Amino acid sequence: MSASEEIAEKYLGQIAAAGDGDALEAIRVAALGKKGEISLLLKTLGKMTPEERQTEGPKINGARQAVADAIAARKDAMDSEALNARLATEKLDMTLPPPGAPKGSIHPVSQVMDELAEIFADLGFSVATGPEIEDDWHNFTALNIPETHPARAMHDTFYFPQTDDSGMPKLLRTHTSPVQIRTMMDVAKQTNGAGEPIYLIAPGRTYRSDSDATHTPMFHQVEGLVIDKGIHMGHLKWTLETFVRAFFERDDIELRLRPSYFPFTEPSAEVDVGFSVEKGRRIIGGDSRSNEGGWMEILGSGMVHPNVIRNCGLDPDVWQGFAFGCGIDRLAMLKYGMDDLRAFFDGDLRWADHYGFDALDVPTLSGGVGA
Amino acid sequence: MKFSLSWLKAHLDTDASLTEITEKLTDIGLELEGLENPADALRPFRVAKVIEAGPHPNADKLQLLKVDDGRAEPWQVVCGAPNARKDMVGVFGPPGTYIPGSDFTLKPAKIRDVESFGMMCSARELELGDDHDGIIELPSDAPVGTSYADYAQLDDPVLDVAITPNRQDCMGVRGIARDLAAAGMGTLKPLSLPTVQRGGAGPDIAIEDTEGCPAFFGCTVMGVTNGASPGWMQARLKSAGQKPISALVDITNYVTLDQGRPLHVYDVAKLKGGLVARKAKNGEKLMALNDKEYTLDETMTVIADQADAHGIGGIMGGATNGTDENTTDVLIECAYFDPARIARTGQKLMLTSDARQRFERGVDPAFLEEGIGIATALVQELCGGTASEITRAGEAPTEQNVIAYDPGQCASLGGLDVTPDRQKAILEALGFVVDSNWQVTVPTWRRDIHGWQDLVEEVIRIEGLDNIPSTPLPRKPGVAKPTASPEQLAERKARRAAAARGLNEVVNWSFISEKEASPFGGGTWSLANPISEDMKVMRPSLLPGLLAAAQRNAARGASSIRLFEVGRRYLESSEHPTIGLLLTGENRARSWQTGAATKFDAYDAKAEVIAILAAAGAPTDKLMDFAEAGDHYHPGQSGTLRLGPKKILAAYGVLHPSTCKAMGFKGSAVAAEIFLDAIPLKKKSGHMREAFAPPALQAVTRDFAFIVDADVAADDLVRAVKGADKKLITDARIFDLFEGPSVGEGKKSLAVEITLQPMDATLTEEDLKSLSDKVVANATKLGAELRG
Repeated sequence: MSASEEIAEKYLGQIAAAGDGDALEAIRVAALGKKGEISLLLKTLGKMTPEERQTEGPKINGARQAVADAIAARKDAMDSEALNARLATEKLDMTLPPPGAPKGSIHPVSQVMDELAEIFADLGFSVATGPEIEDDWHNFTALNIPETHPARAMHDTFYFPQTDDSGMPKLLRTHTSPVQIRTMMDVAKQTNGAGEPIYLIAPGRTYRSDSDATHTPMFHQVEGLVIDKGIHMGHLKWTLETFVRAFFERDDIELRLRPSYFPFTEPSAEVDVGFSVEKGRRIIGGDSRSNEGGWMEILGSGMVHPNVIRNCGLDPDVWQGFAFGCGIDRLAMLKYGMDDLRAFFDGDLRWADHYGFDALDVPTLSGGVGA
Repeated sequence: MKFSLSWLKAHLDTDASLTEITEKLTDIGLELEGLENPADALRPFRVAKVIEAGPHPNADKLQLLKVDDGRAEPWQVVCGAPNARKDMVGVFGPPGTYIPGSDFTLKPAKIRDVESFGMMCSARELELGDDHDGIIELPSDAPVGTSYADYAQLDDPVLDVAITPNRQDCMGVRGIARDLAAAGMGTLKPLSLPTVQRGGAGPDIAIEDTEGCPAFFGCTVMGVTNGASPGWMQARLKSAGQKPISALVDITNYVTLDQGRPLHVYDVAKLKGGLVARKAKNGEKLMALNDKEYTLDETMTVIADQADAHGIGGIMGGATNGTDENTTDVLIECAYFDPARIARTGQKLMLTSDARQRFERGVDPAFLEEGIGIATALVQELCGGTASEITRAGEAPTEQNVIAYDPGQCASLGGLDVTPDRQKAILEALGFVVDSNWQVTVPTWRRDIHGWQDLVEEVIRIEGLDNIPSTPLPRKPGVAKPTASPEQLAERKARRAAAARGLNEVVNWSFISEKEASPFGGGTWSLANPISEDMKVMRPSLLPGLLAAAQRNAARGASSIRLFEVGRRYLESSEHPTIGLLLTGENRARSWQTGAATKFDAYDAKAEVIAILAAAGAPTDKLMDFAEAGDHYHPGQSGTLRLGPKKILAAYGVLHPSTCKAMGFKGSAVAAEIFLDAIPLKKKSGHMREAFAPPALQAVTRDFAFIVDADVAADDLVRAVKGADKKLITDARIFDLFEGPSVGEGKKSLAVEITLQPMDATLTEEDLKSLSDKVVANATKLGAELRG
């Protein structure tokens, strides 16, 4: 072993044994400082013959490099130990709860309205709205329900003392059908009576003077209206089937049309949807002919009565179409399994937490309209 | 409309099963609502004969019977009925039988130490009548051992069918039979019209009110005996849910239900002279059959004699002229009343009856002759007497509607291809007359058929709506186009922003109480017929409903309540889409990090308002702070956010303690209303944004602290500071507020951080100095002093 190798060996031993940064620095000064042992050895190279230098040079430089590397490595190790020691003192109880953020919710009625808008947008229907405080003409007369019509008695209308221009008391709309009237009249006006295709849904609040376990004096309805050329009941049937299957996200849903009567449609049909029972709960779709299965009425529909089209200023010999109306609260109950209508209007935060929807549950066609 | 199967079969000749009939009813638009068989409860009861009757050893009033019900061994029965005796035949319920009229199940029992098995029953025990004085006595030849239900022909299912308001013709059993026959459920039996022997002049009948009562037929039957109606008629009336009263009354009810033809029968002895159909006098009073007094007016039609009104024409007879057991001479009325008149009168008097329901829907105007004939024959058959000639006053509107029909319209409207021959057959089976040119004459009983669309409905409902093939709507190729309006998008985004910020959406009633409305200026729209005083006034604000909902939640123990609602306010001129929000209870719960819980303050409401407005698309950088949020807010802790002095987008603040108190709300709440229809919405014009490249130079900030009078608004100071260089200063933000002795009485210190964004060249010290001077100079105009 050469002298330089012996020196290097000595320092490498000291480095390994150094207890802290100060000791390491002292070793560095002693070995590599200006007057350090290896530095001094390097200076001897100048006085050597070229031959000596050729053999001693690499040895001394090798010793210097080995010591310098060892010091750097030892220093890194010490820093790392120190950091670990410090981090060890910073330990927190990560089982403690973080600060909470309040959890908001969307009411099922709003959610279902958004779902309806999404499904019907794909079929080319837009969303229309109208006033809730209506006049007699838009709510009844224009819809082919004259003052003496027995169907008026079925509506349990809320009236105001205020009257409209014709002296009839103003009222709360009993259905969303007046929106049909307003839209058709607008179209008739804008097209000077020529008309143009109309595809709309009209969701909103409706009112009837009725209050028991399954009826509330305020409820939500969605109206659908198609006015075009060559529209017939087959289109109505397809639209309702397509809607119901998209809304409940099941393909095995059957509809049954039953003849019925509404003054504003002719022919008219009530629509039943087939249900089955899964785990003791009624599910829309499935085998309605199974033991516990059956039919339940979900909407009323029909071909728009020619008098209604005429009342709005359009020509019923040119324009033909269908309309349907359906309870939104009921749709929500059937889809999401609520059984108490009155809870919709109570504002109970516990109910909202369970049946409400997250802000980001935006219905989309790609993601599904159900949340 | 309820009726028994046997009654239906009196009009319908059919082999169809009950199930086929009930399913077909629903299929053709006569929805089956209920099906009951009264015999179901009586099946275990048997015809039985008392073969021995002797005294009970331990009781004077009881007998010991041996009863043969066809079983090998007779039953020993203890019986208390006074009419029980040897050889009588009655109705026996063996042990284990449920007794419907007494609501218990028979068990073998010991009565006064003697064993008794089963029971001989009274009419009341079987719910067949009120008689409970003794047990039922059957003719002695009644076959012992047979089912009593079969023997008494009680096995007759009762159908309950919902009749839609357009189908007056089906408010009689015969009309329903006609529809079923048309739908292939057999054949309609021909109507057997009785021939009545008539003699002597008809009664005096006149019509003054020809509009209200176009036709009035009447005849008398003299020398009748009014007893109970026969069993078959009683059974049919009972199946319809009507209580048999007496033959004369039952006849009118029966013809109403059987033929859809209402009638009235007067006791001639209680009339003074002939009858007249006239308008009622204003204020004229009439005691009706239901023992209620009605005050009439001249829009109503009454049937009167020389002295008094005896009935509200077509709706209800009077209480004073009815028939009873002493009646010997009757006058039968068969009239036609104007449907609209009946409807208005009924609505006005809030009086409904079987007659009104039929007349207002329009009875067959061509059936008066038949109606009075059927009624007269029934009176004679059941009560005897001599019939007079018929007096016929006026004329019913019997002209028939003729519709030009094209059988192709069935497919073009109904979506169902039905051959012309089949269509013709359906229409004819329903009573329409179809000529070779498809001119279709509507039967007089179908007042609901006006146009070809109605004929399409007749055809497809009989053919079956289930047969209509689904036809896809025409669809434009490609991806569906957006349909939502800017207002709808704004509302949707605002709603979801509110929920994302932790607010819970509620739906409150649109109507509130007067008391709730009054702190909010009261409501313009107050219902004339509210369901209750709590639901009377259309809300002028969303806050009363939110307060009530918050109160309910607080009462259930909710500690932190954040509610919002998207709905309308109803003001005098129009309805305004609005978002209301209310925060009460704990804003932040107590926590290990932040200590005690904190309450909501007005700034929390302001923060929600700004965030929701931003989501709805309002230009929040241009919002201006104003006061005057309204009297329902704390005067010093509320405000409005506006775009210009008159364009109020939102009001917010701490609710006024008096308002909370008036609403019965305990505690304090902060709230806001966002007026969605005030938000200016930009019309979408393409997707291009304004050109933008992030500035190459770094923004710098500078802080200034000013001492101002305590009543200087922070926003005024911010605006003044920003005004120093509207281009360079991109933001100015209050980051500290301090009040205390060190800044002086009536003063406060406000610290502002301004952000400067150089665009072309780095700011030099001189640039910054001159800008600072301008900032201070602008602040000084508000009386601010730069804090040293």
